[in-house]
Amino acid sequence: MKQDDPMQIQEPLLMLSRRGLIMGGAALMAAGTLGLPRGAAAQSAPAGQAIIGFSQEVTVLHPLMSHNEVDQGVFWNLYSTLWAAGPDGTLVPVLAKALPTVENGGLSADGMTWRIELRDDVKWHDGTPLTAADIKFTIELVQNPEFRAQGRNGYTQITDIAVEGDHVITWKLKEAFAPLISVLGWMFVVPSHILSKVADPNDPAFAAAPVGTGPYVFAERQTGNYVSLKANPDYFGTPAYLDTLIFKYIPDLNAMYTQFKTGEIDYIGLQGIPANFYDEAKSLPDRAIYEAPRGAIENLTLNLSHPALSDKAVREALYMAIDKTAIIDLVYYGVHKPAATFLSSAHWAYNPDLAPHEYDLKKAAAHLDSAGWVIGADGIRVKDGVRLSFSNSTTTGNQLRAETQQLLADDFKKIGVEMTINNMVAAVLWADFWKNSEFDSLMTGTVYTIAADPDVTHRFGSAAIPLEVGSGSNVSRYKNPALDALLLQGRTEFDHDKRKAIYFQVQAMIRADLPFLPLFDTIQLEGTVKGLDGYAYNMNTLCNTWNAASWKKTI
Amino acid sequence: MGRFLFGRLMQSLVLLWLVSMIGFAILHLAPGGPLSQFIAGGNLNADDIARLMAQYGLDRPLPVQYLEWVGRFLIGDWGNSFRDQQPVTAIIAGHIGATLELMLTSTLLSILIGGTIGIIGAVRRYSIFDTVATIGAMIALSIPTFWFGLAVIYVFSVDLGWLPAGNRQTMGHGSFLDRVHHLIGPCIVLALVSTAIWSRYMRSSMLDVINQDYIRTARSKGVPPFQILTHHAVRNALLPMITITGLHVPALLGGALVTETVFTWPGMGRLFLDSVSYRDYPVVMGILMFSALMVLIGSLLADLMYALADPRIRGAGR
Repeated sequence: MKQDDPMQIQEPLLMLSRRGLIMGGAALMAAGTLGLPRGAAAQSAPAGQAIIGFSQEVTVLHPLMSHNEVDQGVFWNLYSTLWAAGPDGTLVPVLAKALPTVENGGLSADGMTWRIELRDDVKWHDGTPLTAADIKFTIELVQNPEFRAQGRNGYTQITDIAVEGDHVITWKLKEAFAPLISVLGWMFVVPSHILSKVADPNDPAFAAAPVGTGPYVFAERQTGNYVSLKANPDYFGTPAYLDTLIFKYIPDLNAMYTQFKTGEIDYIGLQGIPANFYDEAKSLPDRAIYEAPRGAIENLTLNLSHPALSDKAVREALYMAIDKTAIIDLVYYGVHKPAATFLSSAHWAYNPDLAPHEYDLKKAAAHLDSAGWVIGADGIRVKDGVRLSFSNSTTTGNQLRAETQQLLADDFKKIGVEMTINNMVAAVLWADFWKNSEFDSLMTGTVYTIAADPDVTHRFGSAAIPLEVGSGSNVSRYKNPALDALLLQGRTEFDHDKRKAIYFQVQAMIRADLPFLPLFDTIQLEGTVKGLDGYAYNMNTLCNTWNAASWKKTI
Repeated sequence: MGRFLFGRLMQSLVLLWLVSMIGFAILHLAPGGPLSQFIAGGNLNADDIARLMAQYGLDRPLPVQYLEWVGRFLIGDWGNSFRDQQPVTAIIAGHIGATLELMLTSTLLSILIGGTIGIIGAVRRYSIFDTVATIGAMIALSIPTFWFGLAVIYVFSVDLGWLPAGNRQTMGHGSFLDRVHHLIGPCIVLALVSTAIWSRYMRSSMLDVINQDYIRTARSKGVPPFQILTHHAVRNALLPMITITGLHVPALLGGALVTETVFTWPGMGRLFLDSVSYRDYPVVMGILMFSALMVLIGSLLADLMYALADPRIRGAGR
């Protein structure tokens, strides 16, 4: 919250408790939700309901198929993972008895052999006990080439999966891959006893009648309208407080905000309250508004094969010519926070000591002068016959991004750089145009991490350029052998603190090379009605209903 | 009658085939594709994208994809949605109830109100009532639905708190009365425009009829004016309305794009809009074919009803 936030003055206690909940009490919160005892206090039977508003429709209820963010918001309640990350990034065991470490024998010293012991009191929603065979089946399903899995990053490394008795599973890795522990933190386990009987792994029947082990069971679905879940009386962890969760789809953001205002929904989640309503929302009676970081970094993704943008001096000058504060305050109503790197400042591996960004048009112009870019007859700089001109693309219909493009183009013009605008619909932008690096520059909000792990090999590694190798997401076509070596080190190091130090260096190196220009750390404005307690945003998940089993109604 | 029906059916089949081919081509040739929604999330690598393209068969030549689609369509398999993996027929079935509820209510309302206004307007032509109705209809027709929907929500939901701000029912409840309560807002918006349209149709149709010779004859024979109206004028004036109603059937099932979006109404219009923007090919094609079918059935029905209602047509068809 901002310092001048009126709510902070009116309701200091509420603010304090909310902060405490999110920062200090994060681990406790996670423990409560994810199956650990929350304390000795007796809990009454689940009661009441929460109506959750999303502007995207919940689509696939099979948690391993291609899905979107709000689907994951349902998965957290319907299914369970081996472990999960709380808001501060700390992993908490869920189906596993403990996190695998070298000390507890879960990991071999080289990180190549894993051994995981499972809880023995977990039941599927149909009453069948969960066993290690379910974990094995889940991993193998993702690996199955016929299966339309969301992504296989990390899973392809797993081999020699073996089951010891009912509750121990072991496997080996083809090469050490530390991010796997984060990847598995998003692996929602599916029931082998149901799915192994289906011949076609893509059979949609399971998605229509999902069976999980989570704190809620599937109740009903009306496509285009809502999905509802009921509390699971046999949940192995702390049972849910609320009896019913309703995930309501409201496609129009203004309509969603209106329904939050009139009380038709209890919680306004993804894509949140439109920034232009922020001030009004804060003054609504009986509503709490939160600035939830999404982990997405709004940025200019540069194509380093562009003749002008390949010059590092140009990228540095452009970065100096970006007025982040003006963009955030003038276009985004002051909601977002300036970003310095590919990680949100709330991420555990965020490096706070990067070279600071400074908005200075004079310095930017001087920098281009000394790099040999001279102003031509039309006011645009030229060097060796290359005009300093490039286009910027984003999805059409995004008014705020279009305004940001204007601000940037104006500032760039002042230092003799031309930025033209070439926007297109999302379905076109996110196709070959993106994948084959057909753009000069893009304005997008990017989540650089996979499952919130700081490894970014797929984004910045030399071997991850889709145009060249057909895989990866390094659409900037950025190549730096020193960075490749560092990323490899990070992937093979299992010690948390050592990894953190490595990713500090990764961020410093990327800050120096500027393959993309970070603009701001995306904040999503979410809100709850008074009396709905327990909400806590968590940027280590895709959706903040991750702990809805801890939500309760106090009014 | 049999030959007439057979001819019409053959025509309809050719039309359906044309619609399917053109629709399929335009949809697939439009830039982008159904996988963009997953790519935008940023969690997919290029090799994942290529793998999914192959798994969904999207990398094959268009004619091959079309033939496969037609083959499956003919045996009743309309495919599965890219978004939620559910069968297209089930998705359409899941949305049609909401649309029917909304469109039937608003259409019945507007036919009743609009029809009455049209009859009175024609009988009392150029009266104050007629002038007010005409001006009112013009205004109603010029108000953008989007704006009017928001205005209704703003006034009746946010300001006065009388009506819900959208949705088909209160979540987790949904008694009959609750559903009616939720119907009022979108019905007002939809009925406003269509009442205006129906009143104009009815008025001109009535004006045609009451100037006919047989009305004058009836009047000269001393038939009471009210009986002339009900027995002779309205019945004949309703004939062209049958055609219009028949052509209106697809609209009943097609839903209202704008109103359904503004009022968060989970109907066919919104399904179509969502499916197009996600390039959910099987669903878009399903809705397209369904609507085309409805248009054909609607006009066929109108012809049949017309023939039943008017002996002159029956004779011509023989």
